[in-house]
Amino acid sequence: MSGETRGPDAASAGEEYAGLGDWTPEALGLPGEVRPVVSAPHPALSRAGAAVDPTSAETVRLAADLIATMRVSPGCVGLAAPQVGVGAQVFAVEVTGHPKAVTVHGTFVLCNARVVEATRWKAGREGCMSVPDLTGDVKRASRLVVAGKLPGTGAPVRLVTDGFEARALQHEIDHCSGLLFLDRVAGAHAVYQRKVYL
Amino acid sequence: MNELAITVIGRDRPGIVADVAEVLARLGANLTDSTMTRLRGHFAMTLICVGPAAAEVEAALAPLAADGQLLATVRAVTPDGGAATGGEPYVMAVHGADRMGIVAAMTRVVTGVGGNVTDLSTRLAGSLYVVVAEVDLPPGTADELAGRLDRAAADLGVEVSLRPADPDLL
Repeated sequence: MSGETRGPDAASAGEEYAGLGDWTPEALGLPGEVRPVVSAPHPALSRAGAAVDPTSAETVRLAADLIATMRVSPGCVGLAAPQVGVGAQVFAVEVTGHPKAVTVHGTFVLCNARVVEATRWKAGREGCMSVPDLTGDVKRASRLVVAGKLPGTGAPVRLVTDGFEARALQHEIDHCSGLLFLDRVAGAHAVYQRKVYL
Repeated sequence: MNELAITVIGRDRPGIVADVAEVLARLGANLTDSTMTRLRGHFAMTLICVGPAAAEVEAALAPLAADGQLLATVRAVTPDGGAATGGEPYVMAVHGADRMGIVAAMTRVVTGVGGNVTDLSTRLAGSLYVVVAEVDLPPGTADELAGRLDRAAADLGVEVSLRPADPDLL
C-alpha cells in the first residue's frame, strides 16, 4: 500500500515519528487466532492496560490475534486488548471501506498509543462489540494525531487522521485506558438500545 | 387557569398519545412540557398542561383507563417551573453489573454536595446496568463530588465518570 492511500502522515513534516510506511499484518509473521471477546460488565474492560514491549513475542501474537478476531467479527472496525481480556495497551483498527471513513490507513495495530493532538470535536453515534446491546452519542475529535509503536519492529508511528478513523482510534485508546463509550456519552438521552448489530 | 401534572402509564398500543392529546384539546387544556417513552415496552408519559380543574380532566381521561391497561393520574401543581438553579451542568455515567441500589447510592452522593439531578435514564442490557444522569452542581463542588462518587462506585463494584456537560449550542 502506498503512503498516499494510507492517508497523510507527519513524516513529511519532519517529525521524528513516521507513518505506517509499508507495514501490513503479514509483517507479524503469524496468522493470528480468534480469541473470545468479553462484554461489559467484565472487569478487564474497566482496568487501564499496561504499556507493552512492542517487540516481544507475546505482543506480536496478541497483535495477530486482535486482527484475526476483528476480521471475523461483522461490522468490527477496531478491537483493543482489554476486549479479549488482556490488560495491555494494544489495539487493532481497520476502517477500510466504511462509508463514513475519509482518511484510511488500512489494517494496523498500535502499541502504547496516545493522543498527541485532538481538534474539531464532533458528536457521533458509537457502538462496541463489548457493549453489544447499546449505542451512544459521543463527542470525539475529528482531526487527530496519534503516536504509538508498531508491533514486531517497535518502530515509532505518528498517524494523522480524521473523521471515522479518528473516532475509531479514540475509542480504542479509551479501551486501553479502561474506558468505554458509556463513560463519555453526551447526556441522559444519549444511550440507545441497539436495533441491529452492524 | 390551573397547571396540571398528568401521568399516563400502562400497556403500549398505537394511539395512546393521540387519545390523551385529544381529550386534553377537547377540554381546552394546553399541553406545555411533555415527555413520553417506552420503558421495557411499557408506555410512560408525563406532561404538564394548563387548563380546567384537575377533577374534570381526570374524569375525561377515565374512559382511556377503563379496560385496566392504562393508569392516568391528574394533579394540580403550583406553577413554579423554569426557575434556573444557577448550577454547573455535569453528566454522570455509571455502568456495571446489575445489582440493587445503584441509582439510590449514586444519586444520594450527588445530593450530598447539593447537586440536583435534572435528567436521568437507566438501561438494563443483559447483566449490564447503565445510568446516565444530568446533574446541576453548586459551583466548585465537582472535584469533591468526583472523589465521593469514585468511592461509592468502588463500594458497589461499578464504574463512574463525571464530566462537564457539553455547552455547545448549534
